[in-house]
Amino acid sequence: MIKTILIDDEPLARTILKEYLKAYPDIHLVQECNDGFEGVKAIAQYQPDLIFLDIQMPKINGFEMLELIDNPPAVIFTTAFDDYAIKAFEAHAVDYLLKPFSKDRFDKAVQKWLAQKSSSKNMQALLETTAQRPEEQHRIVVKKGANIVIIPVHKVHYLEAYDDYVKIHTAEGFYLKKKTMSHFEQSLNPLQFVRVHRSYLIHLQELTRIEPLEKDGHVALLKSGTRIPLSQNGYGKLKEMLGI
Amino acid sequence: MAKPVIGYKIKIIYAGAWLLLAGVQAYVLTIIGYDLSVALTDASVAQLVLTLAGYAINTSMNSYNPSPRNSLYVLSWSIILAIITVVLQHWLLLQVQPDVQGYPAFLDQSLLVRGLFDWLMIALVAILTWFWVYVRERQENEQHKEDTSRLAREAELSNLRMQLQPHFLFNSLNSISALVGSNPEQARTMIQQLSDFLRGTVKKGERQLVDLEEELQHLQLYLEIEKVRFGHRLTILLTHEDATLEMKLPSLLLQPIVENAIKFGLYDTVGEITIAIAARSENSQLVIAVKNPFDPTTAQPRQGTGFGLDSIRRRLYLLYFQNDLLSTRQEEKTFITTIKIPQQA
Repeated sequence: MIKTILIDDEPLARTILKEYLKAYPDIHLVQECNDGFEGVKAIAQYQPDLIFLDIQMPKINGFEMLELIDNPPAVIFTTAFDDYAIKAFEAHAVDYLLKPFSKDRFDKAVQKWLAQKSSSKNMQALLETTAQRPEEQHRIVVKKGANIVIIPVHKVHYLEAYDDYVKIHTAEGFYLKKKTMSHFEQSLNPLQFVRVHRSYLIHLQELTRIEPLEKDGHVALLKSGTRIPLSQNGYGKLKEMLGI
Repeated sequence: MAKPVIGYKIKIIYAGAWLLLAGVQAYVLTIIGYDLSVALTDASVAQLVLTLAGYAINTSMNSYNPSPRNSLYVLSWSIILAIITVVLQHWLLLQVQPDVQGYPAFLDQSLLVRGLFDWLMIALVAILTWFWVYVRERQENEQHKEDTSRLAREAELSNLRMQLQPHFLFNSLNSISALVGSNPEQARTMIQQLSDFLRGTVKKGERQLVDLEEELQHLQLYLEIEKVRFGHRLTILLTHEDATLEMKLPSLLLQPIVENAIKFGLYDTVGEITIAIAARSENSQLVIAVKNPFDPTTAQPRQGTGFGLDSIRRRLYLLYFQNDLLSTRQEEKTFITTIKIPQQA
């Protein structure tokens, strides 16, 4: 049995998917979701094989939702959003359907998935592609226990490498996200966030002072009182950014 | 600061003309019987003084706009300049070559002719200057007109782009596509509403003022469509004072503001939302406030008004030359956008 979940904030958009799905008795619709939060829960609960996912949704968008799932199922995006971002993941998502789409187009997408299901094209590649989408990131969505937390970028103090994770430090403590430092370095505004060290990315607005350390070293002092070591290279970058 | 009337090319032409005149004058003098050196000296001194006079009248005319009213002033100024010029020429030439035989007497004889010639030349420069100033002013006027209409066009275009949000359009079409299967009657209604809405968007001009009543009808079409898409989450509360229905506002202004509020409300929160739109009359201005819920903990701190409101602000500025007609504020979990439309008496 094949399990699927529809995630779209417009009921009528799901109606059309349900109608088209009737032609596939093997594919069982186990849940409909109104937003990404419901989506995360439903995916954890049902472990579907395939999801139909809208991109623009309340609070967290389709990409952000996918990032919260450890072993994401195959994804067919359904969206009216005809944007370069789509091109970026085109190669890795099973398919994407531009609304409004015909039954034929829908069939093609499902057939494509059925065909490649066995070869299991990896989801990781998709996630890496979405991570590279060039649009600037304004918030970071993370999971803390059972909760989903949206951290606006302006509340981030600094980021710290932590094994396979990145620690996102804020006034309320830190959150973990399974991403690389270079992911954040690329997606956060380079005028606001500076990679001052292999393991540290600091938010410039949090910086209060740069202090010399023994020999040639330097540390950055943040408003919160945290001291961040600066690499030779990082110190140079910081000086350049601050124009000193 | 006025630009100099005489441009680079004109300067060359000007210099060439005086050189030519000097040549002709020298030639005439040699025919009369003077040595070439005497003739050349006479011609170059005379023309040099005249050139300075021409420059003087050009500069003085450049500093104010010529008009029929001050033509008398220009006329007298040219005569005075001509007299100064001829006296100066006379005196200078006497100083330079007093010893040439018969020359001082010739200078006295030719005084009137020289004076008339000087005046004619100065008047010619005055007329040419006048003409250049006139041409320049026209060009500037045209440039200004062009700039103004370009700005208006841009506003119209950006307005259109905003109205025809492809996102809105394609999602609406997708809803219709779904309804065709489940509820053909409603699908037809929605096609009708979408068509009327699009038609209303396209046909209205940029500067045209419309009654609030008409604008509300247009808005209603849009709201009906959004209710089909988001009816399960969206409640609209539309209120207005009776007196406001007759009041004027620029066409197609309200809908983008409401659309912005709806999007903001729908995508920044989960669950049901209420959008409140209230029109009232205040100090003979039409005041419309649009409220939407938002989540202050995750919303971005806004620079200026952000979102789609910048173009609205710009449009209001283009129409009324006031920057404070659109304002936004946050009250706890409510975001309020207010526009004020001045009414002409």
